[in-house]
Amino acid sequence: MKNNIQKIVYLSIIAMFIITTFSCEKDIVERNEKFAQLNPSNQDVDAGTWTPLLLTSADEFSLDAPIATTAAAFLSEINEIKSFQANLNQSQRDIINYWSAGSVLRWNEIMRTLVARHNLPPYQNADGTYPIPSGANPFANPQFPFSNPPYAARAYAYVSAAQYDALVATWHYKFLYNRASPYTVDAGINVMIPKNTLPSYPSEDAVIGGATVEMLKLLFPTEIAFINGKLEEEKLYRIMCGANVRSDVEAGITLGRKIAAKFVAKAKTDGAGLAVGNQDIWTQLQTQTAATGEIPWMSLELPARPPMLPLFKNVKSFLLTPEMIINNRPLPPPSTNSAQFATELAEVKSYSKNATRENMRIVSFWSDGVATQTPPGHWNQIASEAFVTQNYSEVRWARNMALLNISLMDAAICCWDAKYTYFNPRPCQVDSSIKTLTGVPNFPSYVSGHSTFSGAASTLLSHLIPSKSFEFNAMAEEASMSRLYGAIHYRSDCDQGLILGKKIGQVAITRALNDGAE
Amino acid sequence: MKKIYLYCAFLTALISNAQTEIDGIMMEKKNFCVGAIYQYSSFNEYWEGTLKRENLNIGTVSTKSISVMGNYGITDKLNVIFSIPYIKTNASAGTLIGQKGFQDLSLFVKYMPFDKKIKKISYSAYIVGGFSVPTSDYTPDFLPLSIGNQSKTASLRLMGDIQKGKIYTTFSGTYIRRSNITIDKDSYFTTEYHYTDEVMIPDAISYNFRIGYRTKNLIADVYYDNWITQKGGFDITRNNMPFPSNTMNVSKVGIYAKYTLKKISGLSILGGYNSVLTGRNVGQSKTINGGLFYILDFNKNEKMDEKVKKDEK
Repeated sequence: MKNNIQKIVYLSIIAMFIITTFSCEKDIVERNEKFAQLNPSNQDVDAGTWTPLLLTSADEFSLDAPIATTAAAFLSEINEIKSFQANLNQSQRDIINYWSAGSVLRWNEIMRTLVARHNLPPYQNADGTYPIPSGANPFANPQFPFSNPPYAARAYAYVSAAQYDALVATWHYKFLYNRASPYTVDAGINVMIPKNTLPSYPSEDAVIGGATVEMLKLLFPTEIAFINGKLEEEKLYRIMCGANVRSDVEAGITLGRKIAAKFVAKAKTDGAGLAVGNQDIWTQLQTQTAATGEIPWMSLELPARPPMLPLFKNVKSFLLTPEMIINNRPLPPPSTNSAQFATELAEVKSYSKNATRENMRIVSFWSDGVATQTPPGHWNQIASEAFVTQNYSEVRWARNMALLNISLMDAAICCWDAKYTYFNPRPCQVDSSIKTLTGVPNFPSYVSGHSTFSGAASTLLSHLIPSKSFEFNAMAEEASMSRLYGAIHYRSDCDQGLILGKKIGQVAITRALNDGAE
Repeated sequence: MKKIYLYCAFLTALISNAQTEIDGIMMEKKNFCVGAIYQYSSFNEYWEGTLKRENLNIGTVSTKSISVMGNYGITDKLNVIFSIPYIKTNASAGTLIGQKGFQDLSLFVKYMPFDKKIKKISYSAYIVGGFSVPTSDYTPDFLPLSIGNQSKTASLRLMGDIQKGKIYTTFSGTYIRRSNITIDKDSYFTTEYHYTDEVMIPDAISYNFRIGYRTKNLIADVYYDNWITQKGGFDITRNNMPFPSNTMNVSKVGIYAKYTLKKISGLSILGGYNSVLTGRNVGQSKTINGGLFYILDFNKNEKMDEKVKKDEK
């Protein structure tokens, strides 16, 4: 009897453990694993006439005519597809499932990963100075790049812009050469993605892949092996799923690379390499601000870190002229000696002291700090998840991403212009009793980067998908206020940043209305 | 029937890791031991992956806590135990705001299926099932200042205890199953991007080995404790902040003592100290704690003191 009770207790402890253990499932299905295969509702057959960003015309870079679908060489390419399809394994099927959600989408996700991986501020030297990552020697410590928000915004913009121009050229050549897709030529091919009526030469996926890889070599030089691996996967995907023959893919990669080279050349001379500045410039920013009677910004890090990219404002924009940047510049922030400044400082302090759980949630949601995709990346994520519901063609995906990311890059330029024009201190520099709900970024306060990015993105996205306009604007408002709740920005920083961002978004809308796609 | 002491069988490592009951001692039937422990823990160096470093922008991270605990003897061989800590964290440098709040409620069922004395040596074996749930909506994703990681846990501890005269040793191994958590972000980066607010918290295994001195009024021991995160975690990246799903490994040594007053029946005081020897993605903490416990006897018929004396013999 007693033994039985013992056994029951013993077994029930174990049983409870096992039940609890197995009832809590650990596998997580992420949102981007559930994206449907890309199935455009409109093939945008006239996209070859859309206005490119940098190319002088859709055929600025030539593409050789494809071999005829009646040629023996073409037949052997068809046979290659069939031989893959005869022996598809699970990992190959996984590759097909992954890439078939869309090439612009997946490369954008890969970009966000690269940005997050390299978004790490360098660790200080023994003497308290900081090493600066060098594009000429990318594997040295610290690795190049440090993909902070302005760097990331520019990187997203260049990749998206190159993809867009490359696809305008692609659509031009598709209809110029009009080569039928393999499954139109041979009904025996098992097509594993939604069929469409687009000519298949060159492959749009391959063009996107080629252009992207060429850009990423410049932007993330330590990742070449990784990104080449992704391109190989994508290439295989197009052939294995029956969408393209090998010559569609090879031609696409070649065209993509050629077009991207033009963007690479632009990027090398756009001023970004000089944005770090030097000691003289850092000191000058301080003295010239102090001379106006204002409290100049100071790094709150130990040891003090040079301000982030003080000359980023000089980076060449795709859409803005230098005059437009100056004209967009917000009015000066409240003087650090003014009553309004004191009032705003007190407001920051009260958000710090009375941090609610809901405010903490908002701060965390939008923090997008070290080792993340950055705020521009978060808006790429938001845009991507909205775009997958729209059934865009690849060329429209690329066009909309390019508009978004050029706008985000412009937001970085204009915001950094304001930050280093006014060199305004962070709240906790002026009042060290202010504790923050997130890390204090190492650059001046006015205007808020989050607010500028969010204003630009929400404005442009609202134009692209008007039905979600309310949602996008609410997100932008929340992202902006999150910086006040987090006690790292004054209200003026947030309000003015949002206004600045909306103006920048309007510039992208003006282009959108005139590029031939609407 | 030998080893029923007037000790509440609590542990030292409670707050900083296992939160389970790790003494080879049972409460007597219908006795309820209740008390509180204050603990102070701090570190100014930590391991970023395997790299040991300081961080001038955080300074010294300190954690203060008060835990209320209770242990009730359903039978002499079956106890239930609970604990709940209130925790407050602080960083001495930088701007990040300290966190505070009630952390997780832990419940344990402790059972002694085996208890024998062979040639003056007592052998006993224990099985402890544990569960914990967060009691407040604290943020897990604000390390190193978060007060916990919001994971619900289920644990299973197997433990053996051997005592010869006044010298004893206890050893145990625990598997801790930890549930996924939800953070306030809609995506996050570990070694890759995750587009979800759900974070997989890796399970853990812990080992504990202690050796000490045990009499009617005093328990004193030294111990070694090792916590090993199982697969699925990752290292803090260079100069980055920690994340709830980091691989957090800790090995530490400590001392622990508990004294039961002779003059006030049922009242005991305890104290302990431990120090982290090696770790991964954790601070090299030094921890000190102290507490008071009192036993309420719901067993009117028996006189405990006599029984204890009898058991001692």
